[in-house]
Amino acid sequence: MRNAGKREPNVIPGFGITLGFTTFFLSAIVLLPLSAMVFKTAGMDWSRFVEVIASPRALASYRLSFGASLVAASVNMVFGFALAWTLVRYDFPGRKLVDAIIDMPFALPTAVSGIALATIFSANGWIGQYLEPLGIFVAYTPLGITVALTLIGMPFVVRTVQPALQEVQRDLEDAAETLGAGRFYVFRRIIVPTVLPALLTGFTLAFARAVGEYGSVTFIAGNKYMETEITPLLIIFKLEEYDYAGAAALGFVMLAISFVMLLAINLLQVWGRRRMMVSR
Amino acid sequence: MAGPSSHADVSAELATRPGHTNLRSTLVRWLLITISLTFLGALLAAPLVAVFAMALEKGWEAYFSSFADDATRASIRLTLITAAIVVPLNTVFGITAAWCIAKFEFRGKSILITLIDLPLAVSPVVSGLIYVLLFGLNGWFGLWLQDHDINIVYALPGIILATMFVTFPYVARELIPLMQQLGNDEEEAAITLGAGGWLTFFRVTLPRIRWGLIYGVILCNARAMGEFGAVSVVSGLVRNLTMTMPLQIEALYNEYNMVGAFAVASVLSLLAVATLIIKTLVEGRTGYRRR
Repeated sequence: MRNAGKREPNVIPGFGITLGFTTFFLSAIVLLPLSAMVFKTAGMDWSRFVEVIASPRALASYRLSFGASLVAASVNMVFGFALAWTLVRYDFPGRKLVDAIIDMPFALPTAVSGIALATIFSANGWIGQYLEPLGIFVAYTPLGITVALTLIGMPFVVRTVQPALQEVQRDLEDAAETLGAGRFYVFRRIIVPTVLPALLTGFTLAFARAVGEYGSVTFIAGNKYMETEITPLLIIFKLEEYDYAGAAALGFVMLAISFVMLLAINLLQVWGRRRMMVSR
Repeated sequence: MAGPSSHADVSAELATRPGHTNLRSTLVRWLLITISLTFLGALLAAPLVAVFAMALEKGWEAYFSSFADDATRASIRLTLITAAIVVPLNTVFGITAAWCIAKFEFRGKSILITLIDLPLAVSPVVSGLIYVLLFGLNGWFGLWLQDHDINIVYALPGIILATMFVTFPYVARELIPLMQQLGNDEEEAAITLGAGGWLTFFRVTLPRIRWGLIYGVILCNARAMGEFGAVSVVSGLVRNLTMTMPLQIEALYNEYNMVGAFAVASVLSLLAVATLIIKTLVEGRTGYRRR
C-alpha cells in the first residue's frame, strides 16, 4: 500500500462524495439488514434462544457442519498444496489449462455443482458405481457433504498458497543443498516455514466458506433428519414453519461464526505479512 | 504465474539444476502431478463434463425442447432481469468504493474494506434470511409494506436485494488492489494540468483499470445469475414468477426431469466457462493476478 498520507495535500477530487456514497450503499444493503437480524435475536426470550440454538437437532447440525468443513478444509490443505506446488514448480502439458480450471468453483453456480456431484456419486453414477461395491457410500451421507465442501473450498487454498510458494527463495534451497541438506530437510526448514501462514489462511478461508455453504450440499446430502442436516438447512426449515425468531437465532449463531472466522483470517494475514518482512 | 515469463522461468531453473534430474526427483515430480491432476479431475472436471453429458443424454432435440418449457423460459427471463439490475448497481458501487479507498487515506479505511468483504463471509442462507426478517410480514417494515400493498419478500425486489448482497464485493475487490498498485501519479498530473474529476476518471483512470473492471463485472454477473441459497430463501418459489434459473434447476431435478435440469445447468456452466476464459485473457493482458 502506498503511503499517500505523507505526501502534499491530495489534489484528487471526489473524496467526500465517493466516501458518502460507499458508506450509504454499504449501510443500506449490508449493515442495516444484518443488524435487523441481530436485533430480532436480541428481542428474543433468553430461554427460548437457548432452546433453539442448543436443541439436539441444532447440535447435530453444528457437529455435521463443523466436522465436514474441517475434514474438507484439511483435505484441501493437503491436495491444495500439492496442486499449488505442481503449478509453481513443474512444467507439464496443459499446465495453463489446469491453472485456469482451479477457479471453476468460484464461477460455477452451487446448484449446478450440487446436482452434478449428486449424479456422479449416486449408486449408478460415474464414480459412485465403483465406490459402492467397496462399501463406500457417498451420496446422501456425511461423506457426500464433505466431497461437496471440498469442491467449493479447493480454490481458496491453491490461490493463497501459490503466490507464497513463488516467494520461496530458490537460492536459499540451493545453498542448503550445497551444504549437504537433504531434500526433506530443505522442505521442512525452508519451504514449510515460508508457506505456513498462507497455508493456514487458505485452510481458514476454505473452512469459513464451507461452514455456510448450502447450494452444493443440499442435493448430495439427502437431508435426512438429524443425520445429514447442515445448519443452513435448519434455517430454511424454520422459515418454512414460519418460525422467524427461531430462524433468526440460528442465523445469529452462523453470523457469529462468520465474524470469528473473519477475525482469524485477518490475524493470520497480519502474522504472514510480518513473517515475510522478517525473512527479508 | 505473475506474468507470461513464468513458464520460461520454470524450464530455465530446472535446466540449471543438474542435481534435480535424478531418478528420485523425477519420480516425485510425476507422482505429484498425477495426484494433483486426479484430484482435480474427479472433483472439478468430472462434474462439469457430467452436466453436459446428462443434458444431452436424450439427444439434441430433447435438449433444445427443454428450453421451450414456459416455466424454464420464465426463469431465464427473471435471471436476466435480476442481473441487468444488480450488476450495474454493484459496478457503480465498486468503482466508487475503489476510488475512495485507493485514492485517499482516511481513518477507518481497513474497517471499511472488511465491511465491504463481509457478504463473502456470510452464509448465503443468512444473506436471504436477513431480508425476510426486514421486509417479511413480521419484519421491521412488514406491516407498513402490507398497508401500502408493496411486496418485497417472495417477489422480484427481494430477489434483487438478496442477489445484490451476495455479489456486493466482487467489483470493488477487483478494483481496490489494482488501483492501489497503479498509484495516483497520473491522475495527479491530469488534475494539475487542469482536467476535471470526470475527465480524469474517464480519460486517465478508466483505460488503466479497464481489464480488471471487465473481469470484476463478469464475475459479479456469473455470481448474480448463479446465486442459489440466498435467492431460494427470499423467492417463495412461485412458478413462472419468482423462480430464477438455479431455483428452476432444483425444481426440475426434484421432479426427476434430469434432461431439463441439466439443460438449464449447462447454460450456467457455459457462463462459468466463459467467465474463466475471460479471466485468463485479462490476466494475460495485465500480467496482474487477482487475489
